[in-house]
Amino acid sequence: MESGPDNTKLTPEQAGTGSEGKGTPSLLVAALQREHPEWVREVITAHRETTIVVPREQIEAVCSFLKTAPDTWFDFLADICGADRGPEEEPRFEVNYHLFSTTKFHRLRLKVVLNEEDLHVPTVTTVWRTANWHERETYDLFGVIFDGHPDLRRILLPEDWQGHALRKDFPLRGYEPYSLK
Amino acid sequence: MGLENIIAEALPEVLTTRLDSLINWARKSSLWPATFGLACCAIEMMNATASRNDLARFGSEVFRASPRQADVMIVSGRVARKMAPVLRRIYDQMPEPKWVISMGACATSGGVFDNYAIVQGVDKIVPVDVYIPGCPPRPEMLIHAIMMLQEKVMKESVRDRKDILEVEAREAVMPGTLPVTDGSTQQQNVLPEARPYTIASRHERRRSS
Amino acid sequence: MSTTANIPPQFEIVDQPLDTQMTISMGPQHPSTHGVLRLELVLDGEMVVKATPDIGYLHTGMEKLFEYKKYQQGIVITDRMDYLNPLGNNLAYVMAAEKLLGLEIPERAQTIRVLTCELQRIASHLVWLGTHALDLGAMTVFFYCFREREKILNLIEAASGGRMTPSYFRIGGLMMDLPSGFERRVQQFLNEFPASVDEFHKLLTGNRIFQKRTQNIGRISAEDAIDWGLSGPCLRGSGVNLDIRRANPYSGYENYDFEVPTEADGDVWARYLVRMREMKESHKIVVQALSRLKPGPVKADAPKVVLPDREAMKTHMDALIHHFLIVAEGFDVPAGEVYHPIEASKGELGVYIRSDGGPKPSRVHFRGPSFVNLSALPHMAEGEMVADIVAVIGSLDIVLGEIDR
Repeated sequence: MESGPDNTKLTPEQAGTGSEGKGTPSLLVAALQREHPEWVREVITAHRETTIVVPREQIEAVCSFLKTAPDTWFDFLADICGADRGPEEEPRFEVNYHLFSTTKFHRLRLKVVLNEEDLHVPTVTTVWRTANWHERETYDLFGVIFDGHPDLRRILLPEDWQGHALRKDFPLRGYEPYSLK
Repeated sequence: MGLENIIAEALPEVLTTRLDSLINWARKSSLWPATFGLACCAIEMMNATASRNDLARFGSEVFRASPRQADVMIVSGRVARKMAPVLRRIYDQMPEPKWVISMGACATSGGVFDNYAIVQGVDKIVPVDVYIPGCPPRPEMLIHAIMMLQEKVMKESVRDRKDILEVEAREAVMPGTLPVTDGSTQQQNVLPEARPYTIASRHERRRSS
Repeated sequence: MSTTANIPPQFEIVDQPLDTQMTISMGPQHPSTHGVLRLELVLDGEMVVKATPDIGYLHTGMEKLFEYKKYQQGIVITDRMDYLNPLGNNLAYVMAAEKLLGLEIPERAQTIRVLTCELQRIASHLVWLGTHALDLGAMTVFFYCFREREKILNLIEAASGGRMTPSYFRIGGLMMDLPSGFERRVQQFLNEFPASVDEFHKLLTGNRIFQKRTQNIGRISAEDAIDWGLSGPCLRGSGVNLDIRRANPYSGYENYDFEVPTEADGDVWARYLVRMREMKESHKIVVQALSRLKPGPVKADAPKVVLPDREAMKTHMDALIHHFLIVAEGFDVPAGEVYHPIEASKGELGVYIRSDGGPKPSRVHFRGPSFVNLSALPHMAEGEMVADIVAVIGSLDIVLGEIDR
């Protein structure tokens, strides 16, 4: 079907020409671009998926817009996933939001990139309540702090664990003892 | 010609045996496991109790949820760092005589997961009597391990197993005294040495207290 | 977390010196928590005022392990995640990697994938039913379910060599083709299975005790379910007709004829009915898949990614070199990121892979359906009696391996 990944990084203006697939990217991005073009920093279309890089401060506004806009109707937050690009990369961390629409069945990824020094992101628990545990997990494993989260504490690692386990500079076998307390 | 024969001829209703054999026979025939299923091996343990491979034939009639009523703890599954103090606490609550079967590769040695989150072998925390390899081991292997444990039980002596003093037992489960899982800040808990049960050790002399 | 739960007004939380409220910790070692889950329950008498799940007692660091293993080596780890549905985990991971590589999977491989995944779905639902019924007191159902499950495990073991950790799929197809006589054995199982499901219905569905213990317990409405991110039978039990096999079809699911069972009530009883009907639908899919099996290759035509046949490896030089390179060094996956969701037996299982262009992934994240389903437990459980918590947990069908990863 597909001969290879088609990996294109588009500026917001060029993103109007979407590629094939359900819920063509042009439709998904166009609604956002029409209303608030300053929210769309970059659009990436690859492997039949659309990624929008969003500035960090506007993530909550973008999410609530996408949830209620009739074209997009992203009422289901599938996943919030942090990633560490590596200690030498700049910006180092990214947080991906995977959105899904239960009525239109299209998917979208929003990406927020963060520097190592300033790991704060506004929370989206006011938009979808399911973000609560996902953000706790991202905080636990990466150290990204979600401002406004009702209950930001560790969820998978023990409470007294020091360090954030999924960062690239955390060794695979960890430290012994795991806490200096 | 000996005393036993005289008694056997004169009083056929009297059975003579060693006290150890009798007690060990009773113990091995009713090893009740504590439910300690953690991960995938727990499902194979459930398969071992199901109708196809029936573990109840060997005496493990019920899996007692309360450790105070259990004889053997089958650690089935990977032990995470957060779970390790809980494991130790459950083990300490079991009254003597108690045995531990470490089921599966993860409980024996960490298994596939050689990383920060998994205790590399549950014998760092509790003394283990029988190790079962496999990921997950087949239910037949668990049954074989129970049988090996039964043979081991037959070789023990009543004098081997003393209940630790009530005060010590109570202190052992107070929060703050549990050993940290990696052993680096080990408390002064006197753990009996974990002795693996191998084919060769079947022919060793039974240890004396 | 907002407490918009259905607590009757006379039971509000107040600070009084002579409190009737008691905080107890249910688990991690508990016969009914389906794994090492700990619940902090604040009880007012028998009623649960607040329930907070405490997870992490099985955290295995799998996502970090993936970054240190080549793509093919990571398949083994996915088995241990949701250990009741290992083929589903395999499928999600393998399909995400194939999406990154842009591989085309032959039809026979896709059909076998569907066949084995649906058998695995039946097996997973059987464990759910057995343990759920066991918690509610019906011990017979436990033994009957595991008897049926043994048949499926035998089939999976015949195909892949492992009962519970098959690792049957590979990036680019399957590990190897089905053994001879497999179709006959599957057909034999299919002939016997509907009678077993009817037996379960006879034991449980008409049973007044079971009905009383499951109806009107743990309700969640459709809007709340979507807001809390529920998926799978938990969502379909609240009336939302959403199935990833229909919404974003994969691996040829659009060619199969099956229904998506949905119930409107949103309580434990509705979720029970949904899963029972799903077992019958999976049975239908397996029948169709079995009839669709045609001879053909089971591995994609990508010599740099897919291991060659043993015979070819022993006789041809290029196959030998490819085999060596794939095993020793791995294949390079082009840079990019992909999120691939599938409909696992518990809900939407999504895999996010981010690749930097090397043989090992840079980040692999599994969106476990049980993780998200469990986060809705406080909403469902507050206002229920303590004895009903067990029913609610059972109906969520959680697997701690997937929650804690």
